[in-house]
Amino acid sequence: MKDPRIPDPLSWSVFTQGIWRDNPVFVMLLGLCPLLAVTNTAMNALAMGLATTFVLVCSGTLVSLLQRVIPKQVRIAAYIIIIATFVTIVDYAIQAISLDLHKALGAFIQLIVVNCVILGRAEAYASKNPVVNAIVNAFGMGVGFTLALLSLGIVREIIGSGSLFGIDLFGAQFQPWAVFVLPPGGFFVLAFWLFVFSLMRKRKETRAKQEEVARAA
Amino acid sequence: MTETAPVPTASPSSLRLIATLAGIAIMSGLLVALAAEFTREPILKNRREALEKAVFTVLPEATARKNFLLNESGLTPLGDDAISEANCYAGYNESGELVGVAIEASARGYQDVVKILYGYNPHTNCILGFTVLQSSETPGLGDRVETDPDFLANFACLEATLNEAGTDLKNQIVTVKNGTKKHPWQIDAISGATVTSTAIGTALQKSTTKLLPLIHKVEPEFAQ
Amino acid sequence: MQPDSLTFIFLNAFVINNFVLAMFLGLCPFLGVSGKIKTAANMGLAVVFVMLVSSSSAYGINLLLAKFKLEFLRLICYIAVIASAVQLVEMAIKKFSPALFRALGIFLPLITTNCAILGLALFQTNREYNFPQSLAFSVGAGAGFTLALVLMAGLREKLELADVPDVVTSAALALTLGGLLSLAFMGFAGLGG
Repeated sequence: MKDPRIPDPLSWSVFTQGIWRDNPVFVMLLGLCPLLAVTNTAMNALAMGLATTFVLVCSGTLVSLLQRVIPKQVRIAAYIIIIATFVTIVDYAIQAISLDLHKALGAFIQLIVVNCVILGRAEAYASKNPVVNAIVNAFGMGVGFTLALLSLGIVREIIGSGSLFGIDLFGAQFQPWAVFVLPPGGFFVLAFWLFVFSLMRKRKETRAKQEEVARAA
Repeated sequence: MTETAPVPTASPSSLRLIATLAGIAIMSGLLVALAAEFTREPILKNRREALEKAVFTVLPEATARKNFLLNESGLTPLGDDAISEANCYAGYNESGELVGVAIEASARGYQDVVKILYGYNPHTNCILGFTVLQSSETPGLGDRVETDPDFLANFACLEATLNEAGTDLKNQIVTVKNGTKKHPWQIDAISGATVTSTAIGTALQKSTTKLLPLIHKVEPEFAQ
Repeated sequence: MQPDSLTFIFLNAFVINNFVLAMFLGLCPFLGVSGKIKTAANMGLAVVFVMLVSSSSAYGINLLLAKFKLEFLRLICYIAVIASAVQLVEMAIKKFSPALFRALGIFLPLITTNCAILGLALFQTNREYNFPQSLAFSVGAGAGFTLALVLMAGLREKLELADVPDVVTSAALALTLGGLLSLAFMGFAGLGG
């Protein structure tokens, strides 16, 4: 167990942690509600990912800056207020950019507040590390979350509506598999991705074991 | 040497806790207020444009729009920005004549409530068309009400004439089974999306019964 | 049925647009606390309770904010008030009914960050429900959440005995089950129309 008071040196892994090793969705299974709810098209997935990244980075910065000011007893309440502030700002910004997008994402923009990824990062990383690290780490987490959203959104849009980012892919003779843009499709596609990742991890473990046996022989 | 061992920091007074929280709350209040202030104009502009587009879709001849609030006590003209307070929008052509009134209506669909905006011409007593404002109908089935050409053909002129006393419709708008439309006030349902087609019919029926008598009573007031 | 009737609002939140299976709200407890039917039912009970409390307080706050034209503070106020309401309720139950506290106790803090609760408050505001409608909505949503959780727990109890390939992690399995349940619940669409 490393001493939590010593900050991580700024390194590449601070950034990549959120993308691969501790991917918020595929490894930690956090933030599933928006993940399944808004990924019926790739565009919605991208917008949601960017909004979440913005909130992650901003709240991470502020929490890191205020880490000495906020007493331990009220830190969770303080973090939640900070997060809610930035979520409200994002909500207004999206309404100003495009009403259609705001309608498609609906209440799920405001529900970013209760996305455990953000509070988790504020508590576990930003409150213990210098600002630059916090920003980089939060950005990495945001990218990881966006990638996860996109990996669902792209699959669901291609199969469910036969298009990608609204561009028709297969022509008129394609009969879209509408169930994939409906709620059950979200569950199935995420289950499929989790299965693929688990399969990859198992393969890697088996290979490592075989190498060990070969070395021992 | 009397070096004091680092004592664990005593828990701060509750005053300090409250002060910190209050400070953060004030800061966030300011930030949010700023954001709301900066985005108010663009959001209003977006709303106006979205509404304008919807109104001009259901009233194809219109080139200008005015907001009104219509209820039992009469017609109240509203400002251009009072979009959420208004319940009907009058459309005018280039020479400033009234070409129709766009009205919001809603009814229960298959998944959830379907909200539509429809255009009504009080001179010809026709419903000219509708556009879906909000629905979560099944993709590929229920959402065909907006694209199916046979269904949209119902709205070339869907009859909505008042009875002689002007208190109700002469013939209530009703959705009928696919291929059995006989009268100009009937809507021919899409086969495979009967529930959504019926929802459109119900929304129109309820809204016309309530508002058309009022519209005819105050029709001259719509003139620009 | 009228779209704004209490029965429709209840049915809609209960099965047609089930919070968990159609709107994906409250997935964390759905995957986390659905191992045993008994715990699932208790969790559901706690959620119904908290939903009623937070729905009524959200209704009050919204009236207050609308009066002072401070709608932009809505989200911050909702989250703060819901969190403190849950805490208060927890303390009250602990004092007045230790038996109930033992049944619900450990779930109450978990529920505060459950998106179903905040989602409920936000949806009822978006749809401009009045007070009785809000209550019907929250009871329906809570009952729907409980139903989904209990069904899921029943399936998982059976699956304990089944032989699944070990590459299928429990999360992937649970999500597949969730997908099947969600597919089944799509059959409720059009109910009571």
